[in-house]
Amino acid sequence: MELFLIAHIAGRGVAIPAEQVGSVVDIGDVVAVPQAEAAIRGLTALRSRVVTVIDTGTALGLAPTPETARRAVITQVDGHDYAILVDSLEDVAPFERLPLSSGLALNHGWAAAASGLVDRDGEPMLVLDLTAVVPSSLPALVA
Amino acid sequence: MDDLLQEFIAETRETLEALSGEIVAWEAAPTDRARLDAIFRFVHTVKGSCGFLDIPRLARLSHAAEDVLAAVRDNKRVPDTALVNAVLAIVDRIGEIVEAIDAGAALDDASEELLITALAEDATPAAVPVHVATVRASSRSVRLNVDLLDRMMSGMSDMVLARNELARRLRDNVSDPHVDAALERLSLTVADMRDTVTRTRMQKIDALFSALPRMVRDTSAELGKAVNLVIEGSDVELDRELIELIRDPLAHIIRNAVDHGIESPADRLAAGKPATGRLVVSARQSGNQILIEISDDGRGIDVARIVSKAKDQALRTEAQIGAMDEDAKLDLVFEAGLSSRDTVTTVSGRGVGMDVVRANIEHIGGRIALCNMPGRGLRIVIHVPLTLSILSTIIVSVGTQRFALARQSIEEIVRVRGTQVRIDTIGDASAVAVRGRRMPLVPLAALFGLGDHDPGTLVIVSTREGDYALGVDDVLDAEELVVKPASPHVMATGVYAGQTLPDSGLPMLLLDGAGIAHVAGLRFSALAVAHDEAAADSVAGVQALLFDDLDGKRRVIALAVIDRVEPVATSAISFTAGALRLAIGGAIVPLHSVGTIGDREEVAVLRLTDGDSEMAYAIAEAIEIVELPPEMAPANGGGPIAGVVIIGGEQVELIDPHALFAGEPVRRASRPVCLLQSDSSGWMETFLKPALEASGYRCVTRLAAGETPAVALAMEDGPVEAVAAPIVTLRRNREGTGAQDHSIYRYDRPALIEELARRVAAQAGAQQEDSAPYIRAVTSGGAR
Repeated sequence: MELFLIAHIAGRGVAIPAEQVGSVVDIGDVVAVPQAEAAIRGLTALRSRVVTVIDTGTALGLAPTPETARRAVITQVDGHDYAILVDSLEDVAPFERLPLSSGLALNHGWAAAASGLVDRDGEPMLVLDLTAVVPSSLPALVA
Repeated sequence: MDDLLQEFIAETRETLEALSGEIVAWEAAPTDRARLDAIFRFVHTVKGSCGFLDIPRLARLSHAAEDVLAAVRDNKRVPDTALVNAVLAIVDRIGEIVEAIDAGAALDDASEELLITALAEDATPAAVPVHVATVRASSRSVRLNVDLLDRMMSGMSDMVLARNELARRLRDNVSDPHVDAALERLSLTVADMRDTVTRTRMQKIDALFSALPRMVRDTSAELGKAVNLVIEGSDVELDRELIELIRDPLAHIIRNAVDHGIESPADRLAAGKPATGRLVVSARQSGNQILIEISDDGRGIDVARIVSKAKDQALRTEAQIGAMDEDAKLDLVFEAGLSSRDTVTTVSGRGVGMDVVRANIEHIGGRIALCNMPGRGLRIVIHVPLTLSILSTIIVSVGTQRFALARQSIEEIVRVRGTQVRIDTIGDASAVAVRGRRMPLVPLAALFGLGDHDPGTLVIVSTREGDYALGVDDVLDAEELVVKPASPHVMATGVYAGQTLPDSGLPMLLLDGAGIAHVAGLRFSALAVAHDEAAADSVAGVQALLFDDLDGKRRVIALAVIDRVEPVATSAISFTAGALRLAIGGAIVPLHSVGTIGDREEVAVLRLTDGDSEMAYAIAEAIEIVELPPEMAPANGGGPIAGVVIIGGEQVELIDPHALFAGEPVRRASRPVCLLQSDSSGWMETFLKPALEASGYRCVTRLAAGETPAVALAMEDGPVEAVAAPIVTLRRNREGTGAQDHSIYRYDRPALIEELARRVAAQAGAQQEDSAPYIRAVTSGGAR
């Protein structure tokens, strides 16, 4: 069993591995980063740190997360802090991580970001790998 | 040297502590090779350092111990108890001496011979000397890992930011004087702490320079050159990390100077230089930068060779090179792949070129500048920031956003409002002309999609490729910021250099000047050509001084006419003998004034000169030096106005110096001396002298020492002394005595003046070699 944080992103429930979650916050004002790709909503101050805010919807190739979204999951990738915007959060619970069912055709960014499935009371949920949501870790940007 | 000694002491002490376990183990098992090696390494290191630091006692001891241990390692000797004891006695002794050096105490060396003889194979087990109880100087220094310092520094930065946030929250919510006082104290402590922590990272640049004498000695010996190294400013402090980062670039530059710069003694003598080359390495602090200067008196850089190399290696095309100015050509030495030397030597030819040197220095936010004096030497100045983590920035606003810009990259800030700045649209690109200097404009608002309003302020950003104007709405502030790298995809935009959290609590991005130029698609090579053309035009243009005249009008006068601008007391000006005159420096100069001087006590005057005569022009205020446009609308009326020119969009009258000088009975700046060979009647002094002085001569009746007259006057019946000047004879009668009589009637003023002028001119022509003493060299630019 593994701990997962259940969240809603782009209207869908996802399970985020708890080990990737630094904290859960409501972010303050976001400073835009001109010239940056669309998935970068901007920068915000979190305590005395600067975190990069990710427009999760855009990062996954879906509709942009609304401007009003404030709730975010803080994660750290390669030494940098990111705030991954979510629609809403539920709670943390242990689940068994299952492999992605074969033949499941995922589109958009889901394919890159999903790393498994969990079964919550019969409802399957994708396991979202936060490091894959952060655009810099998408292959196109590695170079 | 003291630093090195301290380092040696600290290091030896540390090793000794670590070694104590090994020593005990070796005592128990003398054949243990690993233990033996550890002790051998220790004495070997001590021996090496001693030779360098000139500590002969330690050197002798460690040398003896090393010999014995080497014999053991080669199985020539068996490590018996006596040998082990003797070696250990020496190791102990080394420790004692080191402590004594540190404490500055004297230590008796009588027993050292005993210690060394005890090492001999046939030595009778000597009584191990009783250890002198040395007082260990309580150490006031600690050796720290740089990582720890880094963590301290970054912790400090976080603390500053946390304090800022706390201050902000408190400002927003409560206003309790106790809380405010506590916060105030915290702020002070934090600021103080930040200074201290910053200092812990500082190290004397001596750490970098102390290795240079040896390096220069070895390098010059290898190349058969004689170099005298002078090091200045080794007590300047610099961030430790920076010292490490500039170590290699500096070493490279110095090797280059010795290898490529300084010539062989024979060549130097042939070039009329002393056989020993001179290499000066100096460091000094200038603002928040450290300037490290390396100058040699060698042959300098042969720009033509660099250029032909660049052509040969196809780094640049002929056309590109044609468009380059000297500086740009010189900059080619920084080009990757360009080696100025035909044969690779062991010294410099190690595949590390100046391109790497420059890249390394720029990587740490520094700059490198060359000052080439072909045949006379090369000066390289490295600018490095004082510290890596705190950056001096200015804050600019664009739309609703704010950005920081590193101050070191900013050349100038100009407001668009003034008349000095003109914005042009060339095709779909924008360019600005700031005081006649044209450069591309990057409106940040448009580039960043933050609106398309016109910029209110231009920040002239200097990059490696060239300068450009960054259009922003406003410049708000200057701030010292703790800048951290931003996340990779923010950096991937190429326009940011980092992020920071200022007191406002809103994150802010640090702009990367060079990156913006790149993203905006500026191509400097093409523009550099345009700039050169502009420069060529400007050379043809005439520099002039713009000033406010006494009548309130703005006028301009060619700069070359002005000898200097100086304030004079109005009491020195008076209307005498039909004209305004200025008494200045013991001379009387005609003064031109277009308005009334009024009740001023002081007025600025332009001292004008056409080379040999002088006059003054009273003005209200000098404004600035401008360049005269080629077109001028000619004046309609007379007077000393040549016409009207457009300067900064305004019509400005151009003074006609020709008319000024033509209209005035001018006084020669340096008047030819006329020697009056006066008789006793005093007629010459009384009657002739004023008339001649009015015509621009200086009359003397007796020559001062070293004075040469331009012309001499004598009465036909008066005494005539032989002088090295043409003599004009005056007669008392109106009529001459015949054709042979070249004398002049003494009241025939026009004839006399003409004759004097003719003789002076003939004399000056004869003396052309030493350029006629009364013609003064025109000094231009003296008005600055």
